Amino acid sequence: MSTINREQAAIPRRRVLSAAAGTACGVGTFALMTTLFAGQARSLPVTALRPPGARPEAEFLSACIRCGLCVRDCPYPTLDLARFGEEVPLGTPYFVARDVPCEMCEDIPCVKACPTGALDPELTNIDDARMGLAVITDQETCLNYQGLRCDVCYRVCPSMGKAITLDRRHNARTQKHAIFIPTVHSDACTGCGKCERACVLEKAAIRVLPRHVVKGQIGDHYRLGWVEKEKKGKALIDGIVDLPDRLPGGAP
Amino acid sequence: MSPSIHTGAAAIAAKGWLSAHKWLILRRLSQFGFMSLFMAGPLAGIWFVKGNLNSSLTLDTLPLTDPLILLQTFLAGHAVADTALLGAGIVAVFYALVGGRTYCAFVCPMNLVTDAARWLSKRLNLPKGWQPNRNLRLWVLGAVLLSAALSGALAWEYLNPVAALHRGLIFGMGYTWTLVLAVFLFDLFVSRRGWCGHLCPTGAFYGLVGSFSPLRVSAKHREACNDCMDCFAVCPEPHVISPALRGTAPDGGPMIRSRDCTNCGRCIDVCAENVFAFDVRYLKAKIVTPVSPLAGTGH
Repeated sequence: MSTINREQAAIPRRRVLSAAAGTACGVGTFALMTTLFAGQARSLPVTALRPPGARPEAEFLSACIRCGLCVRDCPYPTLDLARFGEEVPLGTPYFVARDVPCEMCEDIPCVKACPTGALDPELTNIDDARMGLAVITDQETCLNYQGLRCDVCYRVCPSMGKAITLDRRHNARTQKHAIFIPTVHSDACTGCGKCERACVLEKAAIRVLPRHVVKGQIGDHYRLGWVEKEKKGKALIDGIVDLPDRLPGGAP
Repeated sequence: MSPSIHTGAAAIAAKGWLSAHKWLILRRLSQFGFMSLFMAGPLAGIWFVKGNLNSSLTLDTLPLTDPLILLQTFLAGHAVADTALLGAGIVAVFYALVGGRTYCAFVCPMNLVTDAARWLSKRLNLPKGWQPNRNLRLWVLGAVLLSAALSGALAWEYLNPVAALHRGLIFGMGYTWTLVLAVFLFDLFVSRRGWCGHLCPTGAFYGLVGSFSPLRVSAKHREACNDCMDCFAVCPEPHVISPALRGTAPDGGPMIRSRDCTNCGRCIDVCAENVFAFDVRYLKAKIVTPVSPLAGTGH
């Protein structure tokens, strides 16, 4: 170390300063470029899903050290690490539901394998995982919407009857059958992707997407009258006059 | 030194080929050994080690984590670290003892790439090229840490060719080979020994970790030096030799004290006069200098 100091002492101050300024500029530019590149590369394609327990994406990218231990402990060929040139940030684990969905192991080995907690160890019940959210993205091709009894997404759902239910509607085309609408419930859907994998169409009509892409949000000021009424146990305003409902066709 | 004479020829003549390549062979065995341990799982289903050099689990019990990547997670704002903290501690203590850049010479897969570039540049007689200050890598390291703090993500890991190469070999390459090729071409045409010797932030970090490591190469028989310059010619960090060999170190001692030394041992190999040997730094005062030179005896 002190040999360096001795050498440096021999260099004129002006040269030291200009070299230092050059280095500082170079390093600053490098840091900025890397930062910007990371920001640009941060966005995840919607088809890429994180393993169970993954923290919110921004937090996940600060915590995941790209070691692949989750991939190794996954008993199925679900998880993979992103390679250079792919759209997913280099070296981070992901899966594509249409290729290989998450099998929702009860002991959640991927979370246990994570050495940094990028996959949250607090997740102990796989039903609490929220990897994404299933959504019928195309009612025009979904067979059930056409009045057929496909029901495959409903049947393969590990939370059958909770995450996906079949809601019965009248079939206006035949006038005598029912339509069973596959309806996803976000409070139970783990985003495992089995429905998307199993969808019999050439391109799935039900997709598992990142939750923030799918979920709407009611404005904070918005109140649903019937919910408030139920909460209160009675009408919100006393003495309100309940007028008769007008039905189409002048029916009574 | 006449340029027509092959570097290390004198050592081969004096000690035999094997002794003149002892540390090089051991180093290659170590590099391929570590790679085999990591690749035995995915290739043959033998899971001694899972993961990669960023973080791994050996025999399902021993966690090892790269302290640099963990430091980046801290700076990016992730404070919870679980077993990674233990793993990083083990790695840091190990390299603090055996020499930080021993990692570069004996473990890192990129060393094979840059050594290949150096071999080829010697064959093609290519010029040294850009030779920036050896401390530039510390600034690069600083920039890597800064970008982690600024971006709140492991920004460097979107590009890091060292981690990408190791991960690529184990988990699948994709276009990672382009990063590796870039490093190879940089070393070959732009800057001789440029990546490992001037830029690599991982090497800079491990160098700092091993700043006070006891295990060092010592020019303990420097009085036998005949100025053939072979050690300088093979050394990937030749500036580390002079202070020890010429006695210009602050303490005048024969120990190579620079954190840049990779403990690769090539100087021991190519020295026909057996000037160099591995030694332990802080025991020096108590140990009576052995009479016979130990290096190159072939065991």
